[in-house]
Amino acid sequence: MLALKLARREMRTRLAGFRIFFACLVLGVAAIAGVESLSAAFLTGLAEQGRTLLGGDIVVHLVHRPANDAEMTFLSRHGRVSQTIAMRAMAYALKNGVEDERQLVELKAVDGAYPFFGAVSLTPAQDIRKALRCEADICGAVAEATLLDRLHLQPGGLMKIGTQVFRLSAVLNSEPDRISGGFSLGPHIIVSNEAVARTGLITLGSLIDYNYRVVLPSSGTVEGFKKEATATFPNAGWDIRDRSDAAPGIRRFVEQVTMFLTLVGLTALAVGGVGAAQAVSAFLDAKRAEIAIFNSLGADGALIFLIFFFQVMAIAVAAVVTGLILGALLPFAVEYAYGSDIPAPAHFALYANPLLLAAAFGLLSAIACAVPPLARARLIPPASLFRDLVAPAAARGALPYLIGAGVAGAFVVGLALLLAPSPLFAAGFLGGAAVGLVALRLIAEALRALLRRLPRPRSPTLRLALANLTRPGAATTGVVTALGLGLTLLATVSLLDHTISAQVKDRLPGTAPSFFFVDIQPDETARFDAAIHRFRSAADYRRTPMIRGRIVSLKGVAAKDAPIAPEAKWAVSGDRGITYAATPPDGTVITDGAWWPANYNGPPLISFDQSLAQGMGLKLGDKMVINVLGREIEATIASFRKVDFTTGGQNFIIVMSPGLIDKAPHSFLATVRVDPKDEEPLYRGITDAFPNISTIRVKDAIAQVNGLLQQLSDGVRAASLLTILSGLLVLAGAIAAGSRGRLYDATVLKVLGATRGRVALVYVVEYGVTGVLTGLLALGAGTLAAGIVCRQVLEVPLAFDAGVALLTVIGGGAATLLFGLIGAVSALSARPAAQLRAP
Amino acid sequence: MHNSPPAINLEDVRLTLSAVAGPVNILNGISLAIAAGETVALLGPSGSGKSSLLMVAAGLESATSGRVTVAGQDITRMGEDGLARFRRGRVGIVFQSFHLIPTMTALENVAVPLELAGIADAFDRARDELGAVGLGARTDHYPGQLSGGEQQRVALARAIAPRPTVLFADEPTGNLDGATGAEVADLLFALPARAGSTLFLVTHEESLASRCQRIVRLKDGRIVADERSA
Repeated sequence: MLALKLARREMRTRLAGFRIFFACLVLGVAAIAGVESLSAAFLTGLAEQGRTLLGGDIVVHLVHRPANDAEMTFLSRHGRVSQTIAMRAMAYALKNGVEDERQLVELKAVDGAYPFFGAVSLTPAQDIRKALRCEADICGAVAEATLLDRLHLQPGGLMKIGTQVFRLSAVLNSEPDRISGGFSLGPHIIVSNEAVARTGLITLGSLIDYNYRVVLPSSGTVEGFKKEATATFPNAGWDIRDRSDAAPGIRRFVEQVTMFLTLVGLTALAVGGVGAAQAVSAFLDAKRAEIAIFNSLGADGALIFLIFFFQVMAIAVAAVVTGLILGALLPFAVEYAYGSDIPAPAHFALYANPLLLAAAFGLLSAIACAVPPLARARLIPPASLFRDLVAPAAARGALPYLIGAGVAGAFVVGLALLLAPSPLFAAGFLGGAAVGLVALRLIAEALRALLRRLPRPRSPTLRLALANLTRPGAATTGVVTALGLGLTLLATVSLLDHTISAQVKDRLPGTAPSFFFVDIQPDETARFDAAIHRFRSAADYRRTPMIRGRIVSLKGVAAKDAPIAPEAKWAVSGDRGITYAATPPDGTVITDGAWWPANYNGPPLISFDQSLAQGMGLKLGDKMVINVLGREIEATIASFRKVDFTTGGQNFIIVMSPGLIDKAPHSFLATVRVDPKDEEPLYRGITDAFPNISTIRVKDAIAQVNGLLQQLSDGVRAASLLTILSGLLVLAGAIAAGSRGRLYDATVLKVLGATRGRVALVYVVEYGVTGVLTGLLALGAGTLAAGIVCRQVLEVPLAFDAGVALLTVIGGGAATLLFGLIGAVSALSARPAAQLRAP
Repeated sequence: MHNSPPAINLEDVRLTLSAVAGPVNILNGISLAIAAGETVALLGPSGSGKSSLLMVAAGLESATSGRVTVAGQDITRMGEDGLARFRRGRVGIVFQSFHLIPTMTALENVAVPLELAGIADAFDRARDELGAVGLGARTDHYPGQLSGGEQQRVALARAIAPRPTVLFADEPTGNLDGATGAEVADLLFALPARAGSTLFLVTHEESLASRCQRIVRLKDGRIVADERSA
């Protein structure tokens, strides 16, 4: 093919102008390939070790009640069964037979068959069954080292849970099925089923999870089991999980993080695209003579386009391959660096799909960015190219080429949306980035036009700086757009982080209760109320009946088949807390419908969370079936309420009318706020008097959430630096592209008597203005984006942070200035004679 | 006139530049004194060192050895910034390829050296200078919007505006056609005469050189003839 042959010949010359194009593409492709490869390693690890993580082929989960005889028979018929119990409880250190330090724990009780797969790691090493054995009145227990620290216990020490005394026989290092559990509020402790029965904490209606792990014989299938279980016990209300999705929480987390980081990678590619387009334009600018010669020798527009398109794509392919190699190495680098510290199972290997995806993103982005300037070159006659920088040609390139570039861009977006676990979020992110790019570009153009109309400053330094900012072909717009988008993302993420931190750290302690009390039994409510009211600072005390239930159908359609928006799915994915009340609890905001009469005793009615109702397409009068303790209750929606989850207090998405639900065995949940000075006395007083009640300090929970949020926001911020890096590359490219012009200006100014300091001042003003302007624009755009997310998604007011503002503006200014001055060093140090002598 | 100190005085000036193939001797012991107000043409074939001599005399290039005195100041050992400050108001230069700042209008280009020299009414004077070269109507045009002849006239106005002691011109008509070149040449001689500036003209055109009071011929970096015009 002639174009290919000519392109190859053309490429003998240096392609130094493409360094930034190459670097931007490598950065974006490496990021996407690395993130997707790492994700594949984790997802494969989770899938491969599904059986171990789950502890069996299948886990049947029940809340509040154990499986009945019929259900147990059914389970045992299908394979080997192991029963475990999970609950929260208070553990008390026993010092000289007296209860001393205490701590909320995540208690797991196991049978002799546990674990089916993997092993429990203990120090000193021993068999788990031996460690948990009961001898006379004392049973064995193993606990995480943090519990020993907090209770000031040594291995062999005694502690009490409920009415049972335990001896700590070993430190619990790891459990094979730990990752499939949920969020932990306290250290983990394992005891035997026999021992937990002796604690007095196992009562119907208490918040207890019963898990039955089943190992199927080789002839049994997971699907067959599930089908038969549902058919035989349609009302069991159990949740059945299998080894193919052993840790759905971790899987979802990995998928969501992957999606976010891939989107950041795509943004980096888009930012780099600005630089790529500039590089292609500069490349063609330098090739004007060749284009003119090709043209005069009879090459038509299509041939000229192809000659240069092949050259650009050759560089793109080289960049993509480099990016893929770097990205493919990332999982191995992570394995090398972190090894056994990695908290989730991972299978580090070379994965083809992530690399193919990253390659597709990279090449399609390169086409989308490079074709428009290339198309202009093939359309514009050489004479026009000569004048293009002074008076840009109106031509925008032939339509088919632009359509081709658009299709490539659409493929990138389409592919990203298709593969995203939350397409709505992905669309919002990419839409935001696209709007940001266009808006920044338009604002930059408008500012340039405005600067051009400003009266010319009298100072030649300012005048030249202003002229440099506004001259045709100036890189101002590209720099503001590319660096601006990176800074916008950083400002958005930082402001959101600040808002959430402010919410958790500042607002929550003011409104949230000091304590949550779980599993208050009906016969001790009066005594409990009195115990709380002994503290004079006790405020906002609320004690509410609570039972857990599962939404099984909506408007007659099974919940798993009902059309539910992704953001509302969580409400039907497991057991939810349900309460009942005759009158609206304090602070209830009814948004639609009416509360039932105080003496209502008819068929069950529901007051439901309005935003979830929207996501589920529910309206007043719709029916909902809820499974509570294996019994299905059909209820009618009577009203919708606004539930504010940001207060940190009691929030029930479902409030039922009394009459039926209150007959089910249940316990109570209570919250109270006290002065900080009363926190410790109340904690000790309640835990002394009610050892069966789990007492949760909200401050501890907030600290834990805060820690997690901090880690998450650090990660997100680090990821957003990728786009800034891409923006800086574009900036470096723009500065390098303008170096000839700068050298010329500097030479002439020096000839006319300007010192180097004076010339440097021109650049300080030029780049300082560009950088600060970019920072200000990014801050504005970031504040707007964060404000929208706060309003629409988080539903909290945006907390503006002066630190973020300063960092964005000064950071933008300083980075631009630094790169600009580094780029200007050659112009400043060049001697005029050498430049004037140069051809 | 001849009793006053010379506007330019070169004593045994040598210039050696390093090239890939080794050092190249450009100027080989040039001694030349040019009186204030004199018009001098430097003639010679390509590569004879004409432009290099102009650069050394204008303080754009430092001599490897020898002594260079311009407007009574020894500039031989001045640093780059010192030379830049020295040029302000004392030295004007016109190049073959104009060297205007493309992002500035004609008026702004002419005003720059005046502003650098700290002259308060720089713009008014710049406007006058442009009027003097016949470009009073093109003050707001950018170099890209001007013809070659017009650009050179702007460059001439810029060079002469601060009333320099010496006006250096390096092949000022080399890039212009005959008629335009003649117009520029007329201005080149008229303006320094009016400003009382010394003209140091580098050219390879005998006809242009003959309009100067003195012709210095250069070959292989050496002065081979120094003659007064008839």
